[in-house]
Amino acid sequence: MSPALRWLARKLALAVLVVLGAATVAFAALHLAPGDPVRAVIGTLAPSDDLVAQVRADLDLDKPLATQYAHMLGGLARGDLGESYQLRRPVVEVIVADLGWTVQLAVASLLLALVVSTALAVATAGRRPTLRRVSILLELVTASSPTFWVGTILLAVLSFQLHLFPAAGAGGLEGLVLPAVTQAIGLVGIFTQVLRQSMEQALDEPFALSARARGTTETALRLRHAARHALIPVLTLSGWILGALLSGAVVVETLFSRPGLGRTLVTAILGRDLPVVIGVVVVAAALFTVINLVVDLLYRVVDPRLREWAA
Amino acid sequence: MDDEVVSVAGLHVTYRVGRAEVFAVRGVDFHLRAGECLAIVGESGSGKSTVARALVGLTGPGARLRSDRLVVSGQELSRLGDREWRRIRGAQVGLVLQDALTALDPLRTVGAEVAEAARNHGLVRRGEVARRVHRLLTDVQVPQPELRARQYPQQLSGGLRQRALIAAAMAADPPVLVADEPTTALDVTLQAKLLDLLAARKAAGTAVLLISHDLSVVALLADRVAVMRDGEFVETGCTADVLRAPEHPYTRQLLAATPSAHARGARLAGPRSTPARTRTPRPSGVLARVREVSKTFRGPGGARLAAVSEVSFSLSAGEILGVVGESGSGKSTLAHLLLGLLEPDTGTIELFGQPWSGVPEARRQRGRVQWVQQDPLGSFDPRYRVGRLIAEAGVDRARVRELLDQVGLDPAMADRHPRTLSGGQRQRVAIARALARDPEVIVCDEPVSALDVSVQAQILDLFADIRADLGTALVLISHDLAVVHHVADRVLVMRAGTVVESGPVTEVFARPTHPYTAQLIAALPRPGDAYAAHPEGVA
Repeated sequence: MSPALRWLARKLALAVLVVLGAATVAFAALHLAPGDPVRAVIGTLAPSDDLVAQVRADLDLDKPLATQYAHMLGGLARGDLGESYQLRRPVVEVIVADLGWTVQLAVASLLLALVVSTALAVATAGRRPTLRRVSILLELVTASSPTFWVGTILLAVLSFQLHLFPAAGAGGLEGLVLPAVTQAIGLVGIFTQVLRQSMEQALDEPFALSARARGTTETALRLRHAARHALIPVLTLSGWILGALLSGAVVVETLFSRPGLGRTLVTAILGRDLPVVIGVVVVAAALFTVINLVVDLLYRVVDPRLREWAA
Repeated sequence: MDDEVVSVAGLHVTYRVGRAEVFAVRGVDFHLRAGECLAIVGESGSGKSTVARALVGLTGPGARLRSDRLVVSGQELSRLGDREWRRIRGAQVGLVLQDALTALDPLRTVGAEVAEAARNHGLVRRGEVARRVHRLLTDVQVPQPELRARQYPQQLSGGLRQRALIAAAMAADPPVLVADEPTTALDVTLQAKLLDLLAARKAAGTAVLLISHDLSVVALLADRVAVMRDGEFVETGCTADVLRAPEHPYTRQLLAATPSAHARGARLAGPRSTPARTRTPRPSGVLARVREVSKTFRGPGGARLAAVSEVSFSLSAGEILGVVGESGSGKSTLAHLLLGLLEPDTGTIELFGQPWSGVPEARRQRGRVQWVQQDPLGSFDPRYRVGRLIAEAGVDRARVRELLDQVGLDPAMADRHPRTLSGGQRQRVAIARALARDPEVIVCDEPVSALDVSVQAQILDLFADIRADLGTALVLISHDLAVVHHVADRVLVMRAGTVVESGPVTEVFARPTHPYTAQLIAALPRPGDAYAAHPEGVA
């Protein structure tokens, strides 16, 4: 096997372990948490004992924990995440229906944030002192503004007052704009800070002096040399943020009444819908590991010094 | 004169530090003709690099430039805007910096870096870039230019990298080449080759401005020398005259501080401080026995690298043992083995008559072997003051003051932070810290490599004093043969992990038996060579 293939095989084996671990922890946490899923499913205040026993048997919750755990693992191996207690639909179906919405929003937010941050960083890194100061102030404000607050203001102004964008729902591109902007605003602050700092660091290196001494323009220096150096920390951050956006966009989803994994997860937790919770956790863990793998590969594209397939 | 490519008069550069204006360069005049080399020699902070950067308009933010004349290729530069400066940079003046590992962009291929200047100035069409790069790399004698152009800087050896950097500076055929410490990061043999290369450019008609702290390097290339101190030229003249009959006391001091064959054993930096006394009687005889020690590392991709293989030697009490070799020869690994920081794969190390390798940490008497590193700042806890750094060895305040005095520092420095000290002062603190445990052996790994020549001279004197007064044995690891030759009693010459030659210093230097040693000695520049190179004293 070539070193690259061996590296990939090892990473994939680790990914399987991570998913397995996440499923196990979720299973344990849910069964340790107080509250009875059976009563949550029935919903009425004082169900009869017979009904409770019957539903418990229906959901296989009367079996020993070990059996339930083995059942879950067996299902995972077959790609079957079970059936939702509340929705009475296969969990896979529920998640697949949400995933498209979630991915669309996460990728849109991330790309928007990256484009704006790169432009800001290239324009202000190590030059234009006034603009740089204004930009730093804005970054500080946006990075520390809570998402729900930003979202509410955008809704109030752009939707209710000016009627530019729909306030709720997920229809088409217009429906995507406000949620994506809401999420991107906080990210722009963080990304620009990281990008500018690493760009300024790169512009201070001797190779930047060499490049200037060859008659390279400031903008070319930033795009040809510094941007690549700045990309490495941003890649790390992007991977992490994309993972978080995919599994935790609940605030924005709720605010703009969009379907998505985050909302489904919160609803499932509140309703003690164990298969859905475990399903979302497993999918999120799998997405996280895949993103990490992609980020690892991208490091090697950006930085030739990392093109060794060790560890 | 009309063949003058560079003409500078009354050049002043100031930097704004807080509210104050600090002079970096004050009133410097020089000129440079085609095919001529002028060297500016000075120590760190003398302003020599600022002069180099003024020629490409890159003195940095906060710098203010004033000059009566700043002319390159017939064009007055002092009033240029950024856009016009860019037409000068690379096209009229090429700049070569010290260390190609950092002066070439590590994320871009060597070919892309070499081609950049030509592309910036529109001198090459897209389809012809590869051919141009090929020719440029061939010009600087880089073998396999097609392969090298596709590689990244860190995949090239130090010598090849530095040549690629010269190729990048020459890409747009500038009539002036400014080389700022171009050989400082290189070993002697590579240094000699690189100087040959610059000499070839000079012969081809390029005017070379060489910036260096090292008079012996300058002697090999420069037609004229300007000695710079505190932003001024204190002495200028043709190289042979300046080196043979220096007029200014500072030039004489610089020359005297350069360790060389005739000065062996002599003091380099003037009279000494009060002698220190030994606190414990010293044992005599052999302190360390190293028997056939090998250490192999696993590189990336599973490649095995024998850093040290089958090395044997002994170290006697009160002896200074020099270890010389180029970077990568295994010198530092040997130091780590001797310090017990690494375990040998095979072979044994005995210290003070007891096993040292392969014993539990608790049985090692670490206080008896101390370590001084190249960059002491990295080995100091940045929050500690000097006094606490030394007191860590378990000594009281009175002893700290005594130790500071012993290494030639004001005892009041105990209250300073190490980062506020100069490089030489830091190295003295590191030595005081090593001495605090009253060791029998101090392993010094490149202790003077980062220092200016006059400071290096003081530290070398200090080593000689420590040995004379305290009877401490020193292992002095250096890539610089002149340093080892100056103070060491015996020398080990290392290459690719093995000791190729060993013996008393005077004997090895006078009659090297291994061809590699002979090659190292031959590559060693000496200030006296200027006389040989310019017997008639060409102006």
